[in-house]
Amino acid sequence: MTAELVRGQNHPLPGNRLEIRVSAGTPVVAAVTLGDEAGRVVADGPWLAHPGEPHLVGVEVPRQAAAEHRLAVDLAAMPPAVHRVHVLLALPGAGARPGAPADFGAAPAPHLAVTTPDGTAIAGFTITGLSAETALLAVELYRRQSAWKVRAVGQGYQGGLPALFLDQGVPDATEAATAIHTAAHHEQSRSIPAPAPVPPRSPAPGGRPSPGAAGPRDGAPAPGSPGAAHGGAIAPASGAAAGRGGAESRGGAIPPAPSGAGSAGGTPPAGGGVDYRHPRRHSSPPPAGQGAVPPAQPPAGQATPAQAPQARGPVAGDAAGGSMEERLYNQVWGMFEDLARTVAAYRSAADFAESRFEQELDRLLADPRTRGGPAAEAAREEAQARQAALVDQARLVLDRDLAQLAAEAEVVDPALPPEFAGWENPAWHAYRVPDTLPLAVRLGSLSLPEAPELRIPLLSRLPLERGLWVDSAEHRRAAMDTAVAVAARLLASHPVGTFAVHALDPAGSGAAAFAPLYAGGALVLPPPAAGMAGVSGLLTRLTERVDLIQMARRGGVADDLPPGFDTAEQLLIVNEFPYGFDDRSVNQLRYLADEGPSAGVHLLLVADREDAAAYGPVLDPLWRSLLRLTPLPSDHLCDPWVGHAWTYEPPTVPPGSRVLTDVLGRLAAARPAFGP
Amino acid sequence: MTVNMTKGQKISLSKSDGGSLTAVRMGLGWQAAPRRGLFGSRTREIDLDASAVLFADKQPVDVVFFRHLTSDDGSVRHTGDNLVGGVGQGGDDESIIVDLTRVPVHVDQIVFTVNSFTGQTFAEVQNAFCRLVDETNGQELARYTLTGGGAYTAQIMAKVQRGQGGWTMTAIGTPANGRTFQDLIPAILPAL
Repeated sequence: MTAELVRGQNHPLPGNRLEIRVSAGTPVVAAVTLGDEAGRVVADGPWLAHPGEPHLVGVEVPRQAAAEHRLAVDLAAMPPAVHRVHVLLALPGAGARPGAPADFGAAPAPHLAVTTPDGTAIAGFTITGLSAETALLAVELYRRQSAWKVRAVGQGYQGGLPALFLDQGVPDATEAATAIHTAAHHEQSRSIPAPAPVPPRSPAPGGRPSPGAAGPRDGAPAPGSPGAAHGGAIAPASGAAAGRGGAESRGGAIPPAPSGAGSAGGTPPAGGGVDYRHPRRHSSPPPAGQGAVPPAQPPAGQATPAQAPQARGPVAGDAAGGSMEERLYNQVWGMFEDLARTVAAYRSAADFAESRFEQELDRLLADPRTRGGPAAEAAREEAQARQAALVDQARLVLDRDLAQLAAEAEVVDPALPPEFAGWENPAWHAYRVPDTLPLAVRLGSLSLPEAPELRIPLLSRLPLERGLWVDSAEHRRAAMDTAVAVAARLLASHPVGTFAVHALDPAGSGAAAFAPLYAGGALVLPPPAAGMAGVSGLLTRLTERVDLIQMARRGGVADDLPPGFDTAEQLLIVNEFPYGFDDRSVNQLRYLADEGPSAGVHLLLVADREDAAAYGPVLDPLWRSLLRLTPLPSDHLCDPWVGHAWTYEPPTVPPGSRVLTDVLGRLAAARPAFGP
Repeated sequence: MTVNMTKGQKISLSKSDGGSLTAVRMGLGWQAAPRRGLFGSRTREIDLDASAVLFADKQPVDVVFFRHLTSDDGSVRHTGDNLVGGVGQGGDDESIIVDLTRVPVHVDQIVFTVNSFTGQTFAEVQNAFCRLVDETNGQELARYTLTGGGAYTAQIMAKVQRGQGGWTMTAIGTPANGRTFQDLIPAILPAL
């Protein structure tokens, strides 16, 4: 049975010899890289198969860009150092052909089918939700406990192959990408004269997924005897040689040239002006036999033979909802609830065991006959054993549930859209400024001491319903960095022009932390020199704004605000509250905390409660109304079901990562198109 | 195949195919008995409530009823209060769903009770039944009819009990008096 995978899902592979069918509806280049356990390309030995160097040990890719491809893979032939086989797709480049799509957003969603050599479909994967990406890590085959599995990745890269290669640790990424594109282009020019509908290339003997063969997606259910043939596809010697050469020369190119498009429905793949796009795409039934591996293939023994297909594992998006985003949101909350409950079950069992033990002990002690002596000792030990047994039993159940949740997290995490994902998630590489407001934004992650490795995203609905307070009591600079990371997330989650950020930093102490926001032009900051006047001026403007919007609402004329009124949501970051605030400003801030969220004005306070101690209890309602975030992990958040104290971790940008700057840069780049 | 249970009868909840049950639902259904009145046959509203009490070593550790619809660990859920009964004319009016795989390990018995919250006795209730359904496929495992309720306002219906080979269900059928489950605890204890 074919499994239709969603992003992040994996699936066991029944055998080592596979064929991967790509149908993209538009000419794409297909390439394969070999990676180590961490997903970086293997350093010693060939690691790239692309149209210019189509053979590697155990891998063959097409020589051209095409709308449909077949790639042959023999996992048994993989050197021991190889733990992942990445299948990449890239657009040959906008200039390659008139009418070619500039990015995957303009092309039909690519579909990949993993099949056995005899054509039995194993898994299919349609890569949806792409936009400005020009290169994709489509799927990866990876070793898991000596067996191979396939994972639907679907990770797009706006920066194209160079960005993708950079992610895989290729030293000279740009060069490698160029080589691929050059090779693809070269092949393409050679291939153009190909006659129209390419006859179904039988996948049979020798069947290597040759370029252009893509043709008849269904036509070719080749008669090929499974596994019989073997052919160029995986030919050891030449493949190896070619591969190595590629590696040395330039890190490897990947782009298959477009050709074969014609087959998809008979459009003649002729020279200029031909529309290569083929909206009709099937999840093609696997083609038949791909070459068998020559017997002498080296590390044959190391890949274990197919694993029996296992029970279907967890799936990303396995929850109610109209869109994938909503399903993921609900799934994350479902996991949150499951984790809360299973830990509650464990804790209640452990508590019960404890209290039962104490009761039994009390009973023993209360009775003079059982208070001492060997009998008492034995009874005591028995009670203790009963306690331990119950706790062990509870632990077993907990471990079972945690394992299930961990498996679910493993598939959900890669499927998360950037707004739901941590900064370290590669989803941010494919970040683009959203067109519509996403459902929610991640404000950090939550975990419980029983399962510290299970981090549940803390998702908050947008627009925010309450203000945020980053507690700077422990670490002022870290608090500012957290606030900036949160503000950047909020910015990145709003369409251009619908979110404005103001900051009050009367002492100027936050200048360094604000720099990334400031550089992108996202931040409106009164100069620190403005001091109290600056604070009061900004607060007065925002207060009047809230008042105006509320009046308009009450009057039923919410759509009738003055012309030129900026309808964007406003975020006010306040550093070192209450420094620079007079009584009037404090009152305005309290007003904004209460009335702001419903009128689109949100607070992000960076403050140490001690600093405001002089105000006494009058500010308590303000603190209570804000969601407290901490720059360092801290267990102060409760869940709504059983009230565990969850350890909150802020959305910190990994050290050395440029993701924050990159994302803000993309935002800044998108802004001019929408006017100032 | 539905088993009509009689008082004290035990039924193993392992499935006929050897697998054990993962989720069961205790369904409660009733209709108010028609009484002759000046304007002919009319009924009075009767509010029966289903509750489930979770016991560990004969100590009540949690309860699921109309004011606490989900047990603290989430394994036992009440689908909501029904104040009048008879909606489905024979269907379940209140349900309690037990996810047996998620019941905390220390909980070894779950007792289902029925109370008449409005205080009418079971003599005024018609067609009252309690049934146990395999929630995964909707198959009825056991049905217990509330006959001979007599002048009581409560009944301890049944219990599911954790044993060596999985869960078993025992029909109890002890009448009692009380408007909510708290009143029943003394009556439940002998049945454990």
